[in-house]
Amino acid sequence: MRGTLTIARLTWLEARRRKIALAAVVCGLVFLAVFATAAFFAHRSVAQGVVDLVGQRIMFQMLLQVGLYVVNFLVVACAVLLSVDTLSGEISSGVIQTLASKPIDRAAIVLGKCFTHWLMTGAYLMLMALGVMLSVWAAAGIFPPHVPIALLFMWLGATVMLAVTMLGGTRLTTIANGIVAFALYGIAFIGGWVEHIATVLRNDAVRHVGTTISLVSPADAMYRRAVHELQPSGALDVQLTPFTPLSVPSGAMIVWTLAFVLVTLLLAIRTFRHRAL
Amino acid sequence: MLEAAIDTVGLRKEFARNVAVADLSLRVGRGEVFGFLGPNGAGKTTSLKLMLGLVEPTAGGGTVLGAPLGERDIRARIGFLPEHFRFHDCLTAAELLDLHGRLLGVRAPALKLRRNALLARVGLEEAADRTLKTYSKGMLQRVGLAQALLGNPDLVFLDEPTSGLDPLGRVLVREIIEELRAGGATVFLNSHLLGEVEATCDRVAFVKHGRVVHELLLAEMQSGLDVEIRVADADTALLNGLSEFGSDARLDGGLVRLRVAHERSLPAIARWLASRGTDLYELKCRKKTLEEWFIEVMGEDQGPG
Ligand SMILES: Nc1ncnc2c1ncn2[C@@H]1O[C@H](COP(=O)(O)OP(=O)(O)O)[C@@H](O)[C@H]1O
Ligand SMILES: [Mg+2]
Repeated sequence: MRGTLTIARLTWLEARRRKIALAAVVCGLVFLAVFATAAFFAHRSVAQGVVDLVGQRIMFQMLLQVGLYVVNFLVVACAVLLSVDTLSGEISSGVIQTLASKPIDRAAIVLGKCFTHWLMTGAYLMLMALGVMLSVWAAAGIFPPHVPIALLFMWLGATVMLAVTMLGGTRLTTIANGIVAFALYGIAFIGGWVEHIATVLRNDAVRHVGTTISLVSPADAMYRRAVHELQPSGALDVQLTPFTPLSVPSGAMIVWTLAFVLVTLLLAIRTFRHRAL
Repeated sequence: MLEAAIDTVGLRKEFARNVAVADLSLRVGRGEVFGFLGPNGAGKTTSLKLMLGLVEPTAGGGTVLGAPLGERDIRARIGFLPEHFRFHDCLTAAELLDLHGRLLGVRAPALKLRRNALLARVGLEEAADRTLKTYSKGMLQRVGLAQALLGNPDLVFLDEPTSGLDPLGRVLVREIIEELRAGGATVFLNSHLLGEVEATCDRVAFVKHGRVVHELLLAEMQSGLDVEIRVADADTALLNGLSEFGSDARLDGGLVRLRVAHERSLPAIARWLASRGTDLYELKCRKKTLEEWFIEVMGEDQGPG
């Protein structure tokens, strides 16, 4: 425990010193500024009476979803980029040697790094997602329901990528790990679309393919569940945008995802414990 | 050698295609300063990592400070300076030592005292609050040494602590090793710098292709002399007689070679030869330096293992 907390503190200090935290926050704020500007202009055109009331709601709902879509991608990228080099980089430079020869379990190194990255990812998600929601609320007075649970689902999705990247870092080189992580996210993304198409086609065989893909890589499924939670109740049957999930991941999928994260982390610890440093 | 600080039996480490350590059986006593010598690639670093638990053996095992290899808690009593002096370079020296102190389980007030004392000892007081990014290689070595000594270790592993450093850095390492010896700690020194080893170690082992090929007590080496004798007719009786004066007497071409403990033996040998009526043509003696030992033990093929 002492080891884990010490490593977590070190990881946070490093993130600050290397200006990682600063870069994330600055870029996040730039994104939010652009997004808020878009929302403001959208609101102005509404005020000029270009679209009717239903049109307005649909437009802002769409803007919200597109915004969250980008936020989700940025948060996932943040989770991957934070973790991609943290083990493999320290292994190849040899920095890890003085840590691992101390009287701590190697699990503390994996978990300490994970913990800090997990909190940073969560904080980044909060900043960005709430920024998008508040922009839309300020422009149009629309605020989505079930925000806390939706944020938790998005966080869980990013956590999947974090865990997968940590596991990769115990074996792969930094670049290989990054390629694998983003490929896995690409697969998750395809899984979502296959399920989407299956729903449109009402084809169960296709849906099974999509679900299987989501099981292998459940990050995107959690995002789809989050967006589902954020839908106003009346709009459930309407496909607003291509970003609105038609096929909603079930509770079983959530349990699966939690187990996925847990098993991935345990595997990462196990691999790292036996790794020659 | 009463108690062993390090005791390994048949340690072996294979990486995917090559054998880094073939068969390492080694005993280092408590309080000994032990030199581990060998050319690059001989398996010195890997051997040390096996003892530190950084690398798991493919076969074999052993103990350090009485605990099985890889045991976690014993590491609180072990110091380690790795080969390339790479540490978290976004930290300052003071922060780095605090970090490692916490990992060692040293409590805050004691840690601060110990940290400051060590920074002073290695001459980094002035630079203590600069990030390691701005440090030279020599300064990184110093901070690494401080890090290795932080937990008041009973056993210290130094992996090529002076390679590529200026004389001042080498002197510091030598002094610190002397201080550790005086404090009763065991030092395990990896090196290919023979002068450094000769000046500091009690005992050395030569490694080649991941195997200890020779062990040498330096105290013995310093007092021992190689004697070369040319006589008219060398035979077994002569050899047997000469064996009384030293060890390792052997015929080498027309020469008799043996090893004696002290210069005093030389006139005694001459007298004995005269007394038995042997014609003596040449009687030479010289000390063998560690370098000569190294070359003899390593043989012609000095390539990496
Ligand atoms: N992690 C590793 N993976 C593969 N081969 C390695 C690894 N570490 C060391 N080796 C190989 O093992 C041999 C011994 O290396 P090393 O222990 O570093 O020797 P030394 O410290 O004596 O120079 C070398 O041939 C080296 O290439
Ligand atoms: Mg080496």
